[in-house]
Parts: sequence; C-alpha cells; structure tokens
Amino acid sequence: MSEPVPSSPLSATGPLQDEVSVDGESAVLTSPPRSQWRDVWDQFKTHKGALFGAFVFLFITAAVFLGPLIWRVDPQFLPKGRDFLNLRDTRPIWTALWDSGAKVTWAHPLGTDNLGRDTLARLMFGGRISIAVGLTAMVLSLVLGTAVGVVAGYFKRLDGPLMRLTDLFLALPLLPMILVASLLFRDMLAAMFGIEGGIFILIVALIGITSWMQTARIVRGDVLALKEREFVLAAKSIGTRPGALIRRHMLPNILSPIMVSATLGIATAIITESALSFLGFGFPPDFPTWGRLLNDGVDRLVSYPERSILPGILISLVVLSVNYLGDGLRDALDPRIRGR
Amino acid sequence: MLTYTIRRLILSIPTLLFIALVIFMLLELAPGDPMAQVPLTVPAEVKEQMRVALGLDQPSYVRFWKWIVQIFWIEPKVFIDWLTTSSGLFGWLPDTAFYERCVGLSNLDTCDYRALSWQTRSPVIDIVLQRIPQTLWVVGTAYVVGILIALPIGIYSAYRQYSWFDQAGTFVSMVGFSVPPFFSGVLVIVIFSVGLGWFPSIYDTTLEVNSWESFKKQINQMILPVMVLALQITAQISRFMRASMLDNLNQDYVRTARAKGLGERVVVMVHVLRNSMIPVVTVIALGIPSIFGGAIITEQVFKVNGIGQMLIGAIQANDLPTVQTLTFVFAFLIVMFNLIADVLYGILDPRIRYE
Repeated sequence: MSEPVPSSPLSATGPLQDEVSVDGESAVLTSPPRSQWRDVWDQFKTHKGALFGAFVFLFITAAVFLGPLIWRVDPQFLPKGRDFLNLRDTRPIWTALWDSGAKVTWAHPLGTDNLGRDTLARLMFGGRISIAVGLTAMVLSLVLGTAVGVVAGYFKRLDGPLMRLTDLFLALPLLPMILVASLLFRDMLAAMFGIEGGIFILIVALIGITSWMQTARIVRGDVLALKEREFVLAAKSIGTRPGALIRRHMLPNILSPIMVSATLGIATAIITESALSFLGFGFPPDFPTWGRLLNDGVDRLVSYPERSILPGILISLVVLSVNYLGDGLRDALDPRIRGR
Repeated sequence: MLTYTIRRLILSIPTLLFIALVIFMLLELAPGDPMAQVPLTVPAEVKEQMRVALGLDQPSYVRFWKWIVQIFWIEPKVFIDWLTTSSGLFGWLPDTAFYERCVGLSNLDTCDYRALSWQTRSPVIDIVLQRIPQTLWVVGTAYVVGILIALPIGIYSAYRQYSWFDQAGTFVSMVGFSVPPFFSGVLVIVIFSVGLGWFPSIYDTTLEVNSWESFKKQINQMILPVMVLALQITAQISRFMRASMLDNLNQDYVRTARAKGLGERVVVMVHVLRNSMIPVVTVIALGIPSIFGGAIITEQVFKVNGIGQMLIGAIQANDLPTVQTLTFVFAFLIVMFNLIADVLYGILDPRIRYE
C-alpha cells in the first residue's frame, strides 16, 4: 500500500532531504525542515472537495452538539391543551413565501410535528445520536479490524485461521443478520442497560462487528509488507518484543490506511444506523435519530414533505462530506501522490 | 481450471455449513420467544403442546441437524424433481420422484419434512420462489440499467481524465454513494409521484402483464424503484470502470498499438476496453448478491412484495424457519457468486492461473 515512512512519523521533525547530492553537488537546504504532517496538510489543502467536506462535517457536528446551548427548546416537550392544537403541524417558515395561509411561526422556524414537538430541536437531538453511533461504531470496527489485521499479518501461525474468519464474515448476509439480531437481542440489552442505552450498545456493537473486515484485510497486507523491512529487522535484533514492535514501529506506519478506513467507516455506520431506524429496527420513536425521523415523516409525505426531507438531506450531507474527507485524506496520506 | 472450479465447489460446502451454524446459533442464543405472539388467553399447557408440535422441545443440536437435512438434502430433492418434471430446460429427462410427500399418517417414518413457515404453514422455499420474480423484475432491471449507464460513463471519464465530464461524473457517483436508498426513494416519490404525479409510489405486484396497456403500467410503476437502485449501481460500477481504464491506458501495449497506427477508436474500444473489463466483470458478478440484500430497503420504500419484504415480515412475526432459511438463501447467493467471480477472473485473464 503506501510507502513506509521513517519509523516514527509523529516525531519525524528532521529534514526529509538533507545532504542529498544532486548532480554531483552537495545540495544545500533552502527551506526550513518540514514535518510529515505539514506535508500531509499541504496536500490535503489542495483537495477542494476534501476541505469542503471537512468543513461541512465539522459544522454539522458542532451544530448538533453545541446547537442546544443556543436553541433551548426541549425536543421531547409536548404542548398541552389549546397550545397543542395551536402548535402542532406547523410548517417551516419558508413555506409562507409561496403559501400565505400556511401555519408558520417564528417560534418554530422548521415547524413542529403532529404532536407539537419542535423539528429543529428534534433534528439536533437526532443528529447527536446518529453522529455518536457513527463515531463509536467506527472506533469499534477500527479496533477490531486493526487487531485482527495486525495479528494475522505479524504472527504467521494465526494468519490462515484469521483470514478464513474474515472471508466467512464477508460471505455472511450482513443486513439481514443485523436486522434479525437487532430484534432478537433488543429486550435483553434493554433490560440490562435501560431502553436507550441498551439499544445504543446493541446497534453500535452490531455495526462494529459486521464492518471490520475491509480494515483487517488492508492492515494485514501492510503489516506483511512492513515485516520484511530493514528497520523491523533492526528493531528485532536489538531485542524489541513483539508487542513493543507492533506499537512503536508497525502501527505508526499503517496509520494512513487506518485513518482512511476510519472516515469511510463513519459514513457506513451512519447509513446502516439510519437504515435500521428506517426499517423500524432501531431506536424507539420518542428517541429520534435522523433515520427514525425520516421514517416517521413518510406516512404524511404528501402534506408535510419537509419532515422526511430535512433529516434525509442531513444524512446525505454528512455521508457525502465524510466520503469527500476520506477521498482527500487518501490522497494526502499517500506519499506517491503527495507533492505532485 | 476445471479442477480449481471443482475444488472451490467442494470447499464451499463447509463454508455454507459454517454459515448455517452461525445463523442457527444467532437465533438460538437470542432470548426471543416464538410463542410471544400467541394471545395471552391461551393456557400455558396448550402453549407447551404448541411448542412440542413445532419441535421446540428437542435439544438444539437435533433441531440444527434436522434443519441442515432440510436445506441440504430435502430441498435439493424437491428441486431435482421439479427440474425433471415441469421445467423447460430439463423436462425431457425421465421424471424423478426423490421427494416423498407425507400422506396422512401412512408414511410418517419415511416421508420428507420440508422447512415449513410458521406463518403460512407452507414450505419456505415455495414462498421464496413465489416472491423472487417480483424482486428480480425490479432488481434485475435496475442492475442491467445501472451497468448500461455506468460503462460508457466510466470509459469516457477515464479517457478524458480531469475534464468537466470526469469531474461531474465523480460528483454524481459520490452523491450516488452517499444518498442512502431510503432517502433517494422518498425524494423521488415526493418529486415524481406527489409533485408531478407521473408515476405511482406503490409497486402493484398483482398486476398481470398480458396486454400493451398493462405492460405500459408495469413499466410505469417500475421506473421509480429502478431509478433509485440504478443510481447506486451506476455510482459504484462507473468508478470501478474508470479506475480500471486508467490503469490500462498508460500501459506499454497501448503505446504500441498507437505507434503502429491503429485508430484511436480501435485502441480504446478494443485493446484497452477488453483488458479493463476483466476486473469490472468480476465486480459485477460480486455485486449481484449484495443487490438482493440492498434491495430490502428499496422494496420497503416502494412496497414491492419481494424477498426483502418477506424477510422483514418474518422477523417481525418471529417466524424462525423462514428467517433461517431466507438468510441462508442470501448467504448461498453470496458464496456462489463469489465462486463465479473467481472462476470468471481465471477464465478472462490468462495471466491468472489457479494451480
């Protein structure tokens, strides 16, 4: 995969090209030494889509996590009595542009649902869950995949069995099995950790367990290639133990494929979670995620299309931005492309 | 090549057995109760008798063995009988009767028990076969349409790399990757069904195509689900086609072909395209089973009465035999198409030789 970098890139502050003889002359350093991450950042900056993706992703994440500090409306608040009739089913404020009779109010700029709950607050709430599920599931699948990949690549005896296991997991029909498992284990986990906590753990675990295979394969390939390098031999010959060797010399060098898998993993995790919620196998209705909000809106699509379209746009935007981010990272972290 | 194919076929049996074990254990370990849907007014001892009638009192290894026999031995027998009696392809063969139907109590010891759905009491495979045409109509058409759109896009974006067409293609396929089918489905319903009123939002599976009018109606109702699925397929395959073309366009043989004076059209469409198609064909083969899985969501959005919706219904009704068998059918498709892709790769690319 990517070309190995000096064994500890985090501290590689030394000049990359010192004392290289060019055309028989000793080259003189003309610019101050650059770190590897500086190079990565410079390459990343040239990828407009990736910059934009990073910006959009950070913006949406900040909006859903910090937004409730500004927009202090309880997403679970149900108005009572006459308020209920007045506040339910309001449309987004921009509907008034073409429909002067529409029921809009500045108190709820994105409208309310059929129970009078504020859509903006619910979208922020749902976004927190969706992004939290995406990040946690990504970390879980990354840890699993890296562990399996490193162990399979480094210890020859375990390579065969672990890779067969990976192949078997790839041959499983994953979406049907996630659906089955999410329904069957729901009550047990809900009883152990409470309804919301139990389902969060269940969904994160299911997504993590079913999406580590690609990372494992990539990491194994890289570890296999790295194992033959001289610096690994040198480290071994001064008596570094396997654990330290993997931690100090292997992992920093396979960081770039792992980072790319991480960004793409967020995207798949968010899509899978939304798909589960959409099919009615995810979080309960009073604990909305974007997928759940989309599903709830489908029944009244004709009168209130925004209830499905707004969460759908948010899911697509997050996934699109994360995909672009991964694309840019892939280019920036690949030394063969970098600098061209 | 033949030995390789045979070896892979034999190796796929333990793989399938293992997958069957995983599916069975998943349902076995789960704390769900198949009697949970039975009304509370039914007395406990009657419930117990219902369990015995379903065979749930047996230890799990006995049930696993019986299920394995059902899917690996009895269902193939039924299939072979069907092939030799009523199918057009092998109907000329002498009729076989491997499968012994249970007739009352007369042959209880020798007759074959097929995997029965708890919802409908009919063999699961029969229901699957009833549902598959609906799925295939929508998914199959979408796959063909997607490939037909993707290949020219991929070829042209690679040939004019970094042109505006290529940039636009990259963007559109990024969108195709990122917009999940449950949103693009809803979006096209809002635009084309609610807003413009061109196409129906619900797929009518009872429609029989027997006249020009009904054929037009069928096409009309297929357009939206096919559009949604084809967008995803096009996004994946056009990217793959582009990458594969780019790999080949810089090769030495292309320069040779140009140097000896071949026209640009021949160079690209014959020399480069044929070599670039090798990995693309295997990706197309590998994608077929995942399309069945991905179609679960699209089927749900457009209410297509296919196998995806059958799975959702079975899971919600706690119908264990259907869920097990249907999940196994998906796994079987994945394993078989993996095998087909590997063999195709060996046949198409002479540089690859499996020992």
